[in-house]
Amino acid sequence: MESQVGLIEQSFHSSYSFCVREALVELPDNFTITDPCMSGHPIVFASHGFLKMTGYTETEVIGQNGRIFQGPGTSRRSVMEIREAIREERAIQIHLLNYRKDGTPFWMLFHMCPVFNKEDGRVIHFVGVQVPILRKPRRLGSGSGRNGVDLCEEGSTGMHDVVYGSCRREVCSDSLLELDHVLARESPVDTTNRGCAYAGFEIEEPCEASDMEKRRAVTAINNILSVLTHYSELTGKLVCGKRCSLSGVGLPSSSLNISLGRIKQSFVLIDPYLPDMPVVYASDAFLKLTGYARHEVLGHNYRFLSGLDTDSLTLCQIKESIKMERACTVRILNYRKDRSSFWNILHMSPVRNASGKIAYFVGVQTEEACKKQEEHEMSPEMRQLSAVGAVKVAVRSSSMAAGSSRS
Amino acid sequence: MLSIRRVPTVVSNYQKDEGEEGARRAGGCGRNCLNNCCLPGAKLPLYAFKKLNKAVSDVNLDVHENREPPVAFLDSLLLGEWEDRMQRGLFRYDVTACETKVIPGEYGFIAQLNEGRHLKKRPTEFRVDKVLQPFDGNKFNFTKVGQEEVLFQFEASEDGEVQFFPNAPIDAEHSPSVVAINVSPIEYGHVLLIPRLFERLPQRIDHESFLLALNMAVEAGNPYFRLGYNSLGAFATINHLHFQAYYLAVPFPIEKAPTKKIIKLDGGVKVSELLNYPVRGLVFEGGNTVDHLSNAVSDACICLQSNNIPYNVLISDCGRRVFLLPQCYAEKQALGEVSAELLDTQVNPAVWEISGHMVLKRRKDYEEASEGNAWRLLAEVSLSKERFQEVNALIFEAITSGDNGSGNAHGGQDPESHTHEKVDAIKKSSHPTMVAGTQECLVLQ
Repeated sequence: MESQVGLIEQSFHSSYSFCVREALVELPDNFTITDPCMSGHPIVFASHGFLKMTGYTETEVIGQNGRIFQGPGTSRRSVMEIREAIREERAIQIHLLNYRKDGTPFWMLFHMCPVFNKEDGRVIHFVGVQVPILRKPRRLGSGSGRNGVDLCEEGSTGMHDVVYGSCRREVCSDSLLELDHVLARESPVDTTNRGCAYAGFEIEEPCEASDMEKRRAVTAINNILSVLTHYSELTGKLVCGKRCSLSGVGLPSSSLNISLGRIKQSFVLIDPYLPDMPVVYASDAFLKLTGYARHEVLGHNYRFLSGLDTDSLTLCQIKESIKMERACTVRILNYRKDRSSFWNILHMSPVRNASGKIAYFVGVQTEEACKKQEEHEMSPEMRQLSAVGAVKVAVRSSSMAAGSSRS
Repeated sequence: MLSIRRVPTVVSNYQKDEGEEGARRAGGCGRNCLNNCCLPGAKLPLYAFKKLNKAVSDVNLDVHENREPPVAFLDSLLLGEWEDRMQRGLFRYDVTACETKVIPGEYGFIAQLNEGRHLKKRPTEFRVDKVLQPFDGNKFNFTKVGQEEVLFQFEASEDGEVQFFPNAPIDAEHSPSVVAINVSPIEYGHVLLIPRLFERLPQRIDHESFLLALNMAVEAGNPYFRLGYNSLGAFATINHLHFQAYYLAVPFPIEKAPTKKIIKLDGGVKVSELLNYPVRGLVFEGGNTVDHLSNAVSDACICLQSNNIPYNVLISDCGRRVFLLPQCYAEKQALGEVSAELLDTQVNPAVWEISGHMVLKRRKDYEEASEGNAWRLLAEVSLSKERFQEVNALIFEAITSGDNGSGNAHGGQDPESHTHEKVDAIKKSSHPTMVAGTQECLVLQ
């Protein structure tokens, strides 16, 4: 994972000047910063407060996805809401049951907000603030307003947060055994009074952050954003908490980036509508295969992989299939950045967006030398097609949300 | 007998209109099908999944610790094989060329304009008042599909590890479960999971088959790959046991609906009721092991089908959440209780529509699609509040009685004998009587 550490550094320092870390460390709040452009949408910064609250060390957290803090009692619906907010590149404030390293659950108010590049309007990071909620009893169904009820109603489940009667303090793990007994005694349950009858010993623990806790989250977000903005001024790549311009020309949105980042194979997306049909996305595996850095690839025509001995007929074949909007597979001699050559089995296919129109062409590369198939593996051809399929699903779905609900 | 007329969905290129069928059934058919004539020597990829003795939520954590590539093997296999069939031109249309959008509103219903799906088929009579009907080998069934429409065999691994064989013989004796394409897809990757294909099971949930479907969702490990089930009378396509599945990387409205917990079963399965959703239904989630969740849902489904109550099931969130929705739309339609306006749209409210993914056949409906329209249609699908309470009482009796949740595998036989009295009770209350002794047994969708 050496390379990932480098990428994480890069994620940070391509947008902010060097001292940003020191400034962030000064902040007392519990928060993380994640990078949606990196494969797996990893955490690239975690505050001291956050580490203390969760019991993890920095190295255990950096590079991980935020889902490692979720557990059996975390509401799946809340997780989905966060996923949706990320996809739609908008802020969200939600109550969430997370787990510390030692496995104990705790409720917190999660406030997440995207950080935009001021120039091209792309999301470069998400900031997530976690304010632990001091538990106050709240009667089931007493919440008003859809949101209040929603967020908590199906909140916690699982053994960890089973609570006795009116005592709503967090239950330590050593009382679990005892709880098992209670559960055993209570069953088999009587169906005639379902609903309230069982709620006596195991309430869903609806909880709500106080206004003060909510304000704390907002203040923390604002503080972090102002630090990030300040330190981005020095790099000339200004960031801001509100989208300032429309999404960058032809470049995939951060939600599409997240989906594409999960695809582990070497591939690029080409925008056929821009002049000279530039590459607008390149996977990590592509950079590894060709030796180029991302910025050396994006915005350039795919022909930079060709060289002296590349067959021009094959290049024509690729052009032709793009023109005819058809898929094709060719064997082509390509060159890495260091000018070493390799035989590339290239599969190209049109990719349509939600309106059914071709949005990109995907090119999937397989180095021929690697083409030895193990007995129990998928064939390289099938692996290429699976990347094409995954790209098609990602592009189609991410463009559906355009007119989406909730802004 | 209650029936409705509708255009059946063409799921296979070997599915002929009624009447055309039959003539070609002499042996050695030469179309590379899955019957004895063509089976010898036939091979297909085989994916064997690891059987789990833990909850789905733990699975995710494990994957994370190992830092495995986020795209699971099954996911890749399915996408690759599907794309292969697409490039071979096996589908009736390119579903990615169909317009689709999220309808503005609180829930984000999803609309798709699909003008090609229902074409070239004559409307057929479908019986809707009998949820369980015997298998009829003369009707279209999945043993008649071409081998090229089958993507791979899917089964539990014998040695407890994931296994993949790119070219495994198809052993009919062994009765493999298979995943086949739906040639009329409603989204990318639309497939059918056919449990124990050669056993020619009718459309009816049993513990083993549901566990297989749930495991497929767990194995795919992709929250946007969901499985669905339609019972007969709730718009099932074919009376040969099958689940459907496809990819759509947006949340479904039903997944966003708030829920209210009703009960937690012995095996740790939480059962909740959907709130603020046009179709009344239950949500099953959690469970100490995948088996616990599977058994609880299977028990509920078996209860519904033996009480002749049509229903739909959605397996969502990598197999963590299962939605169960009893419905009565087809019955209302047969009784003439659905408005002409709704019928005109020709939308068949099966599991995907109920979950909030509306496949529309007319451009007009697509352009005018609104949350209100979607809501109005789905409200007709839902049981009434009173009826839902009655049905829930039956379900809760079934899932809290006896062995559920103990973790022991159920035997092959469904415990249906003890539900017979209830069948009678329910028939008297509000449901149309089953027609006894008829052999007609129309294929339903």
